[in-house]
Amino acid sequence: MELTYREAVRRALMEEMERDERVFIMGEDVGAYGGSYAVTKGLLARFGPERVRDTPISEAAIAGAGIGAALGGLRPVVEIMSINFILPAADQLINGAAKIHYMFNGQFHVPLVVRTVNGGRRLAATHSQNLEVLFAFIPGLKVVTPASPADAYGLLKAAIRDPDPVLFVESALLYSMKGPVPDDPDFLVPLGQSLVRREGRDLTLVAHSRGVVVALEAAERLAAQGVEAEVVDLRTLRPLDMGPVLASVRKTGRVVIVGDDWQSYGVGAEIAARLAEEAFEALRGPVLRVGGAEVPMPYAANLERLALPQVDGVIRRAARLLEGDGAWLVR
Amino acid sequence: MGGGEGMAQANNPEPGRDGWTGWTPDPPPDLRDEPPERLLEYYRQMQVIRHFEERAAQAYTQGRIGGFLHLANGEEALAVGGLAALEPEDDLITHYRDHGVALARGSDPGRVMAELFGRADGVSGGRGGSMHLADAGRRFWGGHAIVGIHLPIAAGLALAHQYRKEPRVVLCIFGDGATNTGAFHEALNLAATWELPVIFLCQNNLYGMGTAIERAMRVTELHRRGAAYGIPSARINGMRLLEVRAAVASAARWAREGKGPVFLEALTYRYRGHSMADPELYRTKEELKAWRAWDPIQLFAQELLEAGVVTPEALRRADQEAEQVVEAAIAFAEQSPEPDPATLHHGVYRAPLAAALPAGGGNGVGAHLP
Repeated sequence: MELTYREAVRRALMEEMERDERVFIMGEDVGAYGGSYAVTKGLLARFGPERVRDTPISEAAIAGAGIGAALGGLRPVVEIMSINFILPAADQLINGAAKIHYMFNGQFHVPLVVRTVNGGRRLAATHSQNLEVLFAFIPGLKVVTPASPADAYGLLKAAIRDPDPVLFVESALLYSMKGPVPDDPDFLVPLGQSLVRREGRDLTLVAHSRGVVVALEAAERLAAQGVEAEVVDLRTLRPLDMGPVLASVRKTGRVVIVGDDWQSYGVGAEIAARLAEEAFEALRGPVLRVGGAEVPMPYAANLERLALPQVDGVIRRAARLLEGDGAWLVR
Repeated sequence: MGGGEGMAQANNPEPGRDGWTGWTPDPPPDLRDEPPERLLEYYRQMQVIRHFEERAAQAYTQGRIGGFLHLANGEEALAVGGLAALEPEDDLITHYRDHGVALARGSDPGRVMAELFGRADGVSGGRGGSMHLADAGRRFWGGHAIVGIHLPIAAGLALAHQYRKEPRVVLCIFGDGATNTGAFHEALNLAATWELPVIFLCQNNLYGMGTAIERAMRVTELHRRGAAYGIPSARINGMRLLEVRAAVASAARWAREGKGPVFLEALTYRYRGHSMADPELYRTKEELKAWRAWDPIQLFAQELLEAGVVTPEALRRADQEAEQVVEAAIAFAEQSPEPDPATLHHGVYRAPLAAALPAGGGNGVGAHLP
């Protein structure tokens, strides 16, 4: 069936709530309001206020209550309205959820899903961030960043059934994207598996979240000029599955990493380091990155556009790898 | 010392309003109405905790315990009295000053000591240390060492009970310092709004590390903070075991009946520093001496003797038993092996990662896949 990314998330939530009575939702305005991005619209009417719980604006309490409810045997799906608002909950997730299983020697575990959203447009510095990498740094957390309706559906179901704390980062800019989704309530996309989204022999584009869409568009444009780019969607940032990335780079020898996050210490930095460690001999040029400008996001439309990774930026770097100056590609 | 009753009244300006003011703590029972064996057992448990911590302090100075060691000498009545009010199926969660609480909940003293020693047989396998004790079988959810972090978690444990309509409660213990963290305020507000069955038991020992409460907040009668969230609250004497037990039991009854959380402030004092590393420059010897006169164990013993419910001989026997228990715990910890080095990466996750990845990878243990 064909669903939007938003519908895919909603469908996964509904089906998992129907499958398992322990699954419930809580967050700011997830009930009566229907969710800030309308993802949970209709769920209150369907499941009632015990299972679709509006909370105060209180991120530490929401995340902490999620941890406690998970310890107590439930399967909470907590919504943090935007990843920009997650920092008050970071203590709960980093010092709490991530540590509990290991530190207490596996005596108990935290089957918690925290759904949140990155990206945003014309919202300026405090509302436009891609902070998932902060959490991908933390052993004990799992961080998932779906970039298609099918992955949003299958990864969320897998996250809800997973026994560990999962940060599930949706992309505000992908909610209206349509795509095929298997009509199967047990369709799961395992956490920790990267995926080749497009095959190609000349060049590898590695991306996550909205970066995948940028990479796919760049691949289209490159194909029109006879360059076959392979696009690898990381899908899960931790645990990170480098297998398809390494296989692709060993084939193409060229790689550009695409993401909306800042480059310094970002996802691309980790991928580049892993390539240097594990596939150095396969590289035919430098590992290049396309990321956000290292500024707090400006509001003005022209400045914002400059601060975000664009398809042209990917093409320029591809050209540099393929042709030295690559002038023929960017004309 | 502040008394309990007067404060509870002062905190009750509009009886009946919003349903939150109907609660006051039960007074302590008459000693003669209690089975003597039970009273003697409370005494014995307090002595076990006292000896345990004294021996731990010794082991720490000998370098056999590492890191931080936060002792609770002087606060034993709070642990034993508070835990005596819980049912086995109730939940317990606490902060890093957790040895006494673990022992009062029934965790094996040898395994607790082994945890302090960083050994494989420790309650947390040697991975948690003094600050991170836990005992899943006793519904003891830790030992949390970031101040205030466990209060929202307590609310969530209570939510699980409410969700399943089980008459269980959560006892959440924290210090006076935690009441200035955002997590405290968020947790109390959520618990009150959703009427969650949590007893927030504040162990007010008058200092957040070395900062006296009057230097950290204007409202030093901490129980008054409960009113801001519509939570019935009271101040109790944390040095008197039966007063603590009665207050926690009546709070648990209230919460179990679905009436929501209760906030208890138990006044107490720690004779030792914040941790073993504390030079104690912030308080006087006179203050310490004054509080030692309220020693919860001596106080309790004196009351038992005066009421004629136990003999001096029985107390002496309990003292000896307590010492034996602690010596056995030390011996157990000493003979316990260090954790197997091969387990370093084990259990970062619960799920076996290998199952997710056909190519294998980590056997469910590592952060990254090979």
